[in-house]
Amino acid sequence: MKTLLYMMTSLVVLGLAFWAYRENYTTQQVLKDTRSLHRQIATEQARIAVLRAEWAYLNRPDRLQELADLNFDRLSLLPLRPEQFGRVDEVSYPPTDDVIEFTNGVEVSSFGAEGQLP
Amino acid sequence: MIRKPLRPLAQIITAREKGENPDVIERENLAERHAEMQTKARQRAEGRLLVLCMFFLMAFTAIGVRMGGLATSDPVEPIASTASGSTIAMQRADIVDRNGRILATNLETHSLYAQPPQMVDPQHVATQLVEIFPDLDRDELLEDFTGKRKFLWIKRKISPEQKQAVHDIGDPGLLFGPREMRLYPNGSVAAHVLGGAGFGKEGVSAAEVIGVAGVEKEFDGYLRDPANGGRPLELSLDLTVQAASEQVLMGGMRLMNAKGATSVLMDVHTGEVISVVSLPDFDPNDRPRPPTSGFDPSVSPLFNRAVQGVYELGSTFKIFTTAQAIDLGLVNAQTIVDASGPMRIGRFPIGEFNNKNFGKISVTDVIINSSNRGTGRLALQIGPQRQQEFLDALGMFDPTPIEIVEADGGQPLKPRKWGELSTVTISYGHGLSTSPMHLAAGYAAIANGGRYIRPTILRQAAPQTGTRVMSEQAAAESREMLRKVVTSGTASFGEVPGYQVGGKTGTADKPKPRGGYYESKVIATFAAMFPAHDPKYVLVVTLDEPSVIAHGEERRSAGWTAVPVAGEMIGRIAPLLGLRPQVEPDWLSDITLTSN
Repeated sequence: MKTLLYMMTSLVVLGLAFWAYRENYTTQQVLKDTRSLHRQIATEQARIAVLRAEWAYLNRPDRLQELADLNFDRLSLLPLRPEQFGRVDEVSYPPTDDVIEFTNGVEVSSFGAEGQLP
Repeated sequence: MIRKPLRPLAQIITAREKGENPDVIERENLAERHAEMQTKARQRAEGRLLVLCMFFLMAFTAIGVRMGGLATSDPVEPIASTASGSTIAMQRADIVDRNGRILATNLETHSLYAQPPQMVDPQHVATQLVEIFPDLDRDELLEDFTGKRKFLWIKRKISPEQKQAVHDIGDPGLLFGPREMRLYPNGSVAAHVLGGAGFGKEGVSAAEVIGVAGVEKEFDGYLRDPANGGRPLELSLDLTVQAASEQVLMGGMRLMNAKGATSVLMDVHTGEVISVVSLPDFDPNDRPRPPTSGFDPSVSPLFNRAVQGVYELGSTFKIFTTAQAIDLGLVNAQTIVDASGPMRIGRFPIGEFNNKNFGKISVTDVIINSSNRGTGRLALQIGPQRQQEFLDALGMFDPTPIEIVEADGGQPLKPRKWGELSTVTISYGHGLSTSPMHLAAGYAAIANGGRYIRPTILRQAAPQTGTRVMSEQAAAESREMLRKVVTSGTASFGEVPGYQVGGKTGTADKPKPRGGYYESKVIATFAAMFPAHDPKYVLVVTLDEPSVIAHGEERRSAGWTAVPVAGEMIGRIAPLLGLRPQVEPDWLSDITLTSN
């Protein structure tokens, strides 16, 4: 009986030791993964920062002005002036040539036809 | 185990035959057995002691080794908590404009340094480096490489192409270190506000980026604080408006042959400075060194005229005098005041522009005609004490509170003794020197209905409440007068159809550095607000030493120089600010007046 107890105890100790050993290595692996992920995030962020800087550089007002001047004959872009403000009713709507034909009209004149509306 | 019997039969029989006592044999054997048992027990105990000793020895050795290890190792943070993201953030936050467009950001580059002891072929390296960087000197490099030095910086910042070229030299003595550098993608746009950045403490693997001027220096702590998590600093500037203002002002400055120019555009309710230009300017990416010689700091492009340029701004101050007189109930816009000459304070004559004499005119006409004598007499009614209190409330005696390091340098100059003469001259803007930013804040108080609000360079979420410095009525009447200056006074070139500009011109002789005034050098200022019936923005344009030939004569007054530039600027930036041109409503103040 005693021997059995000793054996069981030592087996439990062995098992715990093995578990702790494994946990230790899993933790280290997770830490390593996290570090590499962080490095990756840092690289990505640096890349985003560079792209943002490049975007801002390409959109700098001086350059846009120059581009507008260079492409004036195609785009005719001018600085915004007060005369360019308009009202909505001054906008001419495009003419509607084609008449939409109803092919499968639904009769809604009769009362209580809600359920049939498409 | 076979135990030895205590009374072996053979021995007992033998002893009996010899007549001896057989019990002796038994005792002998018993004693022998006991001795054997003792030896055994002692051996066991000794064994146990040994094991125990070994155990304690090992335990103490283990503890000792661990303690020794802990004592000799460097302290490090446990790495179990790598989850915090702050380590990833850039070391310096971005600066963005009010719409989130980048004004300043960081870029990763490399620095180049050399370790001569590890260098294989110094001659070749020096020749190749000079080919890549033409500004380096080959002989100097060679001297450094072959001398006693163990370490030297070659370049602080190099581009990826240059890095590759240096890499291709392939010498183990040339090494690169990572560097984060500050980049201003818009070049010289808003240069004076941003200031610039430089390197602080430098190491091989990193360098500290510190702000050296402008908001970069003012908010250095905020920008570098990791607790902000890389949140950008939001300025009140609008990049588009800023760029347009700079363009118009640059054109105006050239056209008017001015030495320098500045403009301030300020929201009258929030105090946000939407654009602030000072010309000539510089590129903050390559900030020039401050001038080490020369008497006048204002010739340097680093000089921020908008906040540091402290000048007498001339007649633009007249509206403060009339506004205070109306506020105090001394007059109203229609009251006739004496603007006739001659007028003397002590032994000093008070004259008018072009030696005019306006006679008795209304307060409105005093402003429209910009009469020195009229405002002077109003100021005498107000008195020096109340005048000082009013100007102090408008922030004219302290540096502007705007958050740019240079603003502290804009300490207004006021007379040491504020007597009657000072009261009269200051009433029309001479004798008190302020920056254009001061003037903008003062005009904002008139524009927003009588509350002084602090100009700020940071984006505001809500309008400022501000302290009341004059009544709504005084502010409204002042606005109407300012509008009339543009419709029928000295600032007629400032009319922009649809935006109802109101403003006041000011032309002041430039003071000589050693006292006295120049004959033919002026500071021309136009302080405006638009739309005048419900002002949203205040614009101050100042030209330094303008001179233009118009209608056959040389003209320097603000009406011919600063006003057209300001008019063009308003026409250009008001649409960008989203202001719709509108038909001018009738002024309602006349109706209010008849009801009094």
